[in-house]
Amino acid sequence: MLEWIAGLASWELLALEPPGWGGVLLGGLAISLQVAVGGYLLGFLIGVGGATGKLYGGPILRDLLDVYTTLVRAVPELVLILLLYYAGTDALNQLMLLIGAERVDISGLAAGIFVIGVVQGAYQTEVLRGAFKAVPHGQIEAARAYGMSSLQVLRRITLPGMLPHAVPGLANLWLIATKDTALLAVVGVAELTLVTRQAGGTTKSYFLFFCAAGLLYLLVTLISNVGIRRVERYARRGMPAVRS
Amino acid sequence: MSPEIRSWREPHRLVLLAIGIGIIVFAAINMRWDWLPRYSGRLVEGVGTTLWLLFLTSALGFLLAVPLGLAQAAGPFWLSGPARMFCTVIRGTPLLLQLWLLYYGLGSLFAYWPEIRQSWAWPYLRSAWPYGVLALTLSFAGYEGEVMRGAFAGVPKGELEAGRAYGMSPLTVFRRIWLPRAIHRALPTLAGETVLQLKATPLVATITVVDVYAIISRVRQDTYLTYEPLLLLALIYMILTGILVLAFRWLEAKVPVKGG
Repeated sequence: MLEWIAGLASWELLALEPPGWGGVLLGGLAISLQVAVGGYLLGFLIGVGGATGKLYGGPILRDLLDVYTTLVRAVPELVLILLLYYAGTDALNQLMLLIGAERVDISGLAAGIFVIGVVQGAYQTEVLRGAFKAVPHGQIEAARAYGMSSLQVLRRITLPGMLPHAVPGLANLWLIATKDTALLAVVGVAELTLVTRQAGGTTKSYFLFFCAAGLLYLLVTLISNVGIRRVERYARRGMPAVRS
Repeated sequence: MSPEIRSWREPHRLVLLAIGIGIIVFAAINMRWDWLPRYSGRLVEGVGTTLWLLFLTSALGFLLAVPLGLAQAAGPFWLSGPARMFCTVIRGTPLLLQLWLLYYGLGSLFAYWPEIRQSWAWPYLRSAWPYGVLALTLSFAGYEGEVMRGAFAGVPKGELEAGRAYGMSPLTVFRRIWLPRAIHRALPTLAGETVLQLKATPLVATITVVDVYAIISRVRQDTYLTYEPLLLLALIYMILTGILVLAFRWLEAKVPVKGG
């Protein structure tokens, strides 16, 4: 027991320089954040495309997108990450062989961004579709009646109108993206959770390192929340305040 | 019935359906499935473990979420503060990290404690599933506690005042009005939370609990197959999710939504 408390309190293990593991943890955090940001942005691109396709696409496109969003949302992220990780790297290598190039080693970072992006894309499609639909049709018709082009309608009416409906969902998905990066530990990407376990395994101070990593994740969430609140206030300007 | 379900007979859907069936038949013929009979018994057991984990942790988590929500909605600061902090920490860190913290961190703590090593609880504390159950329960409680906070706060004050005016004690008001109304308000989110919980259960395989995901990992190690076991696993989870969604839809239709 005493030994354990001593282990918990040995803060020098968290030092940034090599006998300590603090630098390794921060490096893991940097990878986690890169994957989260990259995956989130990729997911946003997929989401914009998916929402547009679901609302304005032909029947076949709409059905295919339905299959995509339903599949991704029904299967655990862990399973999807494994499937997409292997399938994605395999497909890319097949493609490289096909065009006569060498096999490439895909970095865990790129594969992670791809995987998180595909998962996020399905959820963001649904959020953006809902937000698009929340803009009253009369406003769009009124804009048309004023003689605005469809691009002007998009810029002046649809986008500002959908923003307050999209921001809460998108903010939530950002928080989910930062936490989903932890799942990449299972396929060996050296992000925060995996390097934390390695640090704990080497030094046997699991408790200390997992608490430190938890604190880092929590900081990311709390700082994100501050930013989210600002964006939300901007998006909802001129609208009645929400009661929580 | 939504229009999407009614109109599956449209020509393009029939074509898509045919292509989908074609892909499934192609996969069934051209991929290796000979391992399936050997593992079918264990797979069924694994699905059982997954469902058992899901229902146990959802039920326990919900029981924990009620006081968490109540403390945040109406408790004094020394109750609402910790409750809010608990929900923030649970919702702000990845479940995988919480699970590993409990399993590796607490596990190593207990091993240093001779009183625990000699107690009756040690055989349980040495196995993995209690940590899995604990982590999943706390996670469900954290997310659902936030929902229950909103649900408790959203019950109209007038109803509670009416109960008091009838001479009910605060406990009776809580039991007859506040709690039932809050649970009623939280019901629609329960379906989504339970599906999320199902999708969180495979994480326990990383601490050696043998659920359906762990069985499939075993198959992958034994047979060196990459895709077949994972595709089957995805199919299993899709079926489970579908059953859950239908069950909740049925349940919600049973509960009257009058005044909800």
